[in-house]
Amino acid sequence: MKTNLLDSIKQTKDGQLADSILRKCVHCGFCNATCPTYQILGDENEGPRGRIYLIKQVLEGAEVSNATRDHLDRCLTCRNCETTCPSGVQYASLLEIGKKHIEESTERPFKEHFVRDALLNTLPYRRRFKFFLRVGRSFSLFLPKALRSKIPAKVAKGKWSRAQHSRRMLVLDGCVQPVLSPDINSATSRVLDKLGITLVNIKKAGCCGAVSQHLNKEKDAQTMMKHNIDAWWPEIEAGAEAIVTTASGCGLMIKDYAQYLQDDPEYAEKARFISTLCKDIAEIIALEDYSALATTAPKTISWHPPCTLQHGQKVTGVVEKILIDCGYQLNPIKDAHLCCGSAGTYSILQPELSSQLGDNKIANLEKDKPEMIVTANIGCQTHLQERTKTPVKHWVHLLLDR
Amino acid sequence: MNSEPESRNNILLALREILPEKYLLTAKEDLKPYECDGMPAYQRIPIAVALPSTIEEVQKIIRACESQRIPVVARGAGTGLSGGALPHEGGIILGLSRFNTIIDIDHENMTMRVQPGVRNLAISEAAAPYGLYYAPDPSSQIACTIGGNVAENAGGVHCLKYGLTVHNILEVKIITVEGDLVTLGSMTLDTPGYDLLALMTGSEGMLGIIVEVVVKLLPRPLATNVLMASFDAVEDAANAVAIVISKGIIPAGLEMMDNLAIKAAEDFANAGYPVDAEAILLCELDGAEEHLAEQVNIVMVALGEANASNVVMANSEQEKAQLWAGRKAAFPAVGRISPDYYCMDGTIPRKRIAEVLVEIKALSEKYGLRVANVFHAGDGNLHPLILFDAGIDGELEKAEHFGGDILELCVKMGGTITGEHGVGFEKLDQMCVQFNPDELTHFHNIKHAFDPYELLNPGKVIPTLHRCAEVGAMHVHNGELPHADIPRF
Repeated sequence: MKTNLLDSIKQTKDGQLADSILRKCVHCGFCNATCPTYQILGDENEGPRGRIYLIKQVLEGAEVSNATRDHLDRCLTCRNCETTCPSGVQYASLLEIGKKHIEESTERPFKEHFVRDALLNTLPYRRRFKFFLRVGRSFSLFLPKALRSKIPAKVAKGKWSRAQHSRRMLVLDGCVQPVLSPDINSATSRVLDKLGITLVNIKKAGCCGAVSQHLNKEKDAQTMMKHNIDAWWPEIEAGAEAIVTTASGCGLMIKDYAQYLQDDPEYAEKARFISTLCKDIAEIIALEDYSALATTAPKTISWHPPCTLQHGQKVTGVVEKILIDCGYQLNPIKDAHLCCGSAGTYSILQPELSSQLGDNKIANLEKDKPEMIVTANIGCQTHLQERTKTPVKHWVHLLLDR
Repeated sequence: MNSEPESRNNILLALREILPEKYLLTAKEDLKPYECDGMPAYQRIPIAVALPSTIEEVQKIIRACESQRIPVVARGAGTGLSGGALPHEGGIILGLSRFNTIIDIDHENMTMRVQPGVRNLAISEAAAPYGLYYAPDPSSQIACTIGGNVAENAGGVHCLKYGLTVHNILEVKIITVEGDLVTLGSMTLDTPGYDLLALMTGSEGMLGIIVEVVVKLLPRPLATNVLMASFDAVEDAANAVAIVISKGIIPAGLEMMDNLAIKAAEDFANAGYPVDAEAILLCELDGAEEHLAEQVNIVMVALGEANASNVVMANSEQEKAQLWAGRKAAFPAVGRISPDYYCMDGTIPRKRIAEVLVEIKALSEKYGLRVANVFHAGDGNLHPLILFDAGIDGELEKAEHFGGDILELCVKMGGTITGEHGVGFEKLDQMCVQFNPDELTHFHNIKHAFDPYELLNPGKVIPTLHRCAEVGAMHVHNGELPHADIPRF
């Protein structure tokens, strides 16, 4: 596509990247076909092709109002469009640049500011989030229904494997997951124990930075990234093989540390290394002999692949294979490529669209009456559980189900 | 006559009564993404974009526009490649994307009733549980919608054997420019009276607004096979097309890609294409198992006769899908090797493919622009992609001239200037080459019978005789136009 970016923008690194991405787009519109918001709203402005066009206007110096910002805000960043795009347009990178420019040139209404700041100041901080969750649980009767349904039932921590093996891997505990579902990483430690690997949780590490990054607080995000790198580094020097993630959203973020910190003289090299070490738990297990994990109590399962896993990390078919090999029967799921609407903070910032997508997703997942729904990201897990009585869990639990 | 801002205000007032705010776009920012369709070289900003979701809303919108003489351009998924949904500056875009419901699947009669905004691929997906599918499959089938397919008489890989859109629909409902709901065609194969369904198919939004379509479904073939033949010379691949078909075999699809297209598609799809071949042919055969084996043998021999350097056969469903995936994504995949491309669409008798490709190559050298060829070889439907960089001054114009030359070459070879993309805005000038003034006058008369004030997608498809005279495509003798007595629109 022909571009004519403002000189002031074109001279920046962001500008050059945006220009090269825009020029790849041939405006074919294939992306709209797999865009969840375009499917619901049917407006060109609510699909990737239109949003790319809007971003192009911004970077070419057109006047921008809140309308453009709202269209970009309604993007889930599920990156389904990137999987569909034959021209190789890196939509998410372009979106980030576009959002940054708009955030700088428009003012959000007070209410939006307030909610976004509240999210930024709680979610990434485990203790604060835990406090608010506890308060929420105690006073749940007084909360509006929409908020009440977002508070999941309390989950037991589960036992962390204490066995020591020569092979060691680190795990990202993250921010929200250990509070909402602390059983996931403890289960992961027991699964890896059976494969002869010790899983180490570095308590000092915290949020991966994704929440801040996606709410356009780049600097805060980078601070968190560096904090994590520093927390992990001694263990990595001591020979930890990998950084395992059990929330695919965080996994994608860490895999992108290399990109986000590429211009930081002190951290660029380390970030590159960290990104190559980061693996989703499925990628780890797939490389081991996992025959000992096969179930003796086969169940019928519906599997929901999170967007950050299938479109972001491009890890497709891996979890499916492991589960089938371990004796589970997987239901065929209609529109498995579509987002469930959770999308990080999206479920709070865009409740209407998010809940419509969530309802559609649950209907498809429950069509064949699964005994359990499994996924690979805490956001999807809670978003789906809100809508069903069928248990929704991380799939690693199935590897301990004997 | 109303002044421009006044007519704009009046129509917006009327439309606001019909549609909720979020489905009537009027802000400049919101209109910008609608300034073009899948053919971004042409751009115009409409007054407004209306996104109705019921037939009644469409009727009200059309009546409001008719009474105020406001042009209406219908738009589906905006994937068209000839600028058919290019807005009119003084008109509105009528977006039909929200009409995306499958109304009824009648698997016993093998038909499906759908709204116009249902995607082509979604039809085949919904028919799959019944062992059925919808045959026309344009490369954009993942995104393009059936309303647009009918409006453009879309084709696709399988049209060689199973026909174009016009051969695969039974009935459409349209809204006339007066706002009346009219049914054309019927649920039976033959409808008495004029075949208005065929007239509506390919009319590019100029005769009515399609609001419902009944498509014919076909049973999935019992078995299929996909062969891929590689060639060291483009001419050999081109000649192989006629050789295969002359053996009495009609493949379900017979597609050709040249080296540039192979490389781009392989880069996206990892289909296993030979990136060093000068050309490949993809040949899909279908039928009953035993019949299929015989066809495969005949085609293998024919490809050998045609100097294929290598032939491989897909061994599994996955491999078949893989071989097609590259072809289906080939157009946009060219975005990987060039910032812009201009996709042409012309048809020639298939025995002349080699000849035409040689001439296109010569033109490519003359204009200094690369061409990637990826097309429906079996039906002689060419899709040369002219690669250019719109960022370089004059390159777009050069590409347009080059494209014009290719289309005129098609006519010279006994072919036509469209295969399946429609005329739209893009090929108006070439229509002057394809048709004589009498023929064009008939087109105008039909247009006026349906749309006396020229409000439905005006300025597309049929050039005015005046325009033809200006582009010099009509023979002007001693300064006199032929048939000077006929009115010029």
